[in-house]
Amino acid sequence: MDIIVEGTKKAFILLLTLDRETLHVTLFSLKVSGIATLISVVLGMTAGVMIGLSEFPGKKIIVSMVNTGMGLPPVVVGLFVTILLWRSGPLGFLDLLYTPAAIVIAQALIATPIVTGITVAAIQHLPKNLRLQILALGATRVQMVWLLVKEARLPLLAAVMAGFGGVISEVGASIMVGGNIKGYTRVLTTATVMEASRGNFDLAIALGIILLVLAFMINILLTAIQQHDRPQ
Amino acid sequence: MNDNPIILQACDIILQRDNRTTLSIPHLAVHQGEVVSLIGPNGAGKTSLLLVLAGLLRPMRGTLRFNENNITCSSALLAYRRSIAMVFQEPLLLHTTVFNNVAAGLKMRGIPHAEIRRIVPYILERFHIEHLAQRSSKALSGGEAQRVSLARAFAVNPRIVFLDEPFSSLDPPTREALLQDFESVLSEMKTTVVFATHHQDEALRLADRMAVMRDGTVVQIGTCEEVINAPQDEFVATFVGMETLLRGMVTETKNGMVTIAVGNQRVTAIADARVGEELLIGIRPEHVTLGTVSAPHTTSARNMFAATVVDVVLKGLFYKVVLDCGFPLTAFVTGQSREALGIRTGTRLTATFKATAVHILRKKG
Repeated sequence: MDIIVEGTKKAFILLLTLDRETLHVTLFSLKVSGIATLISVVLGMTAGVMIGLSEFPGKKIIVSMVNTGMGLPPVVVGLFVTILLWRSGPLGFLDLLYTPAAIVIAQALIATPIVTGITVAAIQHLPKNLRLQILALGATRVQMVWLLVKEARLPLLAAVMAGFGGVISEVGASIMVGGNIKGYTRVLTTATVMEASRGNFDLAIALGIILLVLAFMINILLTAIQQHDRPQ
Repeated sequence: MNDNPIILQACDIILQRDNRTTLSIPHLAVHQGEVVSLIGPNGAGKTSLLLVLAGLLRPMRGTLRFNENNITCSSALLAYRRSIAMVFQEPLLLHTTVFNNVAAGLKMRGIPHAEIRRIVPYILERFHIEHLAQRSSKALSGGEAQRVSLARAFAVNPRIVFLDEPFSSLDPPTREALLQDFESVLSEMKTTVVFATHHQDEALRLADRMAVMRDGTVVQIGTCEEVINAPQDEFVATFVGMETLLRGMVTETKNGMVTIAVGNQRVTAIADARVGEELLIGIRPEHVTLGTVSAPHTTSARNMFAATVVDVVLKGLFYKVVLDCGFPLTAFVTGQSREALGIRTGTRLTATFKATAVHILRKKG
């Protein structure tokens, strides 16, 4: 119990004193996970809208694969990206392993199926004839897709939240492809794992609390937008 | 016969789903300014036909011509869709204000904002929903939402409006009020309308022509009077409420009149038929008059039968009286007439109908 109290105190001290290293790790985590989420939103929403709106043979298999991908274990993604970026691997020439870019790639791979899956469900959940109604209003295909996305914006915000939540909290992939290099690829989760393994539980708890607060604040913001937009 | 030019023409339309033909329309023409209703049972293909006509569902085969122009390439299709509007059974409003919903079609057409600000309030007023302009579409009642949907359709001043049972999910008073406003807008704007409905009364009230559909094809099209009074086969007759359908054989012909033996009774009709010909005859319940045995209804009608009431069923504002005249016969009476004639099961009455009220449906084959 003392460890938790001490950890909480330490977290406040670290935040209030604007501890240089903690601040760097926090901002770096936000940056990496933010970029990865952004990439996954672009890729996942595009793919999700396309899958949701199209009818093609094998669609059920694709949707099943996406849904399976929503629960992709980060360590498996980490392993896959490590092999790809390994010096002798197919993308080894890019020299990206143990760089922030590698973490972004791995996290984007984790978040994209989450965003895609929720987007497919959101689009398919819209009224069956809404698409036809929008076309009957004289919409071009682009206008139709844009209006459908706008109509599904509440569940799509949930997709963003789930995607961000998935990557800000993952540790397996970041540690494998980033290497937890101090001042370079260390993120909140990897730092927490490292401090815990060293027995610095108070610092580990402090970092964990910062991570929780961060995730909570981002989700509070997105929920506020979502609920403000919710039909009365 | 409508003298207005043909605005929309569908030829040889074939639509297939799961290797099954769900729509087969050899030819259908809609004239400018007319109101055509599509009626038929569930699964008859009314919605599919509307979607094909609206350019929202591409048939496997066939052509659609709007103002003599073939609608084939995607640019022609977009231009066509911007000339029409469609209203579905569910209002399908966008998640925004009523004003923005009504303005949606105008915005897509690139109409300037100043013009939108002029058109939308006018249309909202025409449908009596101007007070809802800033309300969220999600905070509307079913009737209000359908008014918004109709207003949105008419806001773009469409050349043709397609309606898929837009009033069917509304309660009777709301439906009646909306129908009145819709009629008023139609008479003012003279818009061409094609609408699907289950309600015969809606079709009779709004439509100039009626198309009866069955199994994906139009089995009869004509003015409402033609279809109601002269259905071309048993299916149409049943569907348009010709409650009495009887099989008989012509026993006598004289001066354009025929006598048809139906069971042990003789029914007189006006028809061109030959002795010995087997016919199917139909009599609409509204054309049957009832009177008491002691004081039968005074009439020049050629068909008068002693009848016994078999069943009385309340049907909306009137009663359906099933009679046994030696053949089954159905009549409609008002509540007042039912009281005056003392109609209940077993009551003996006289039933009369004119020779002109007997519609001949020739047996096929």
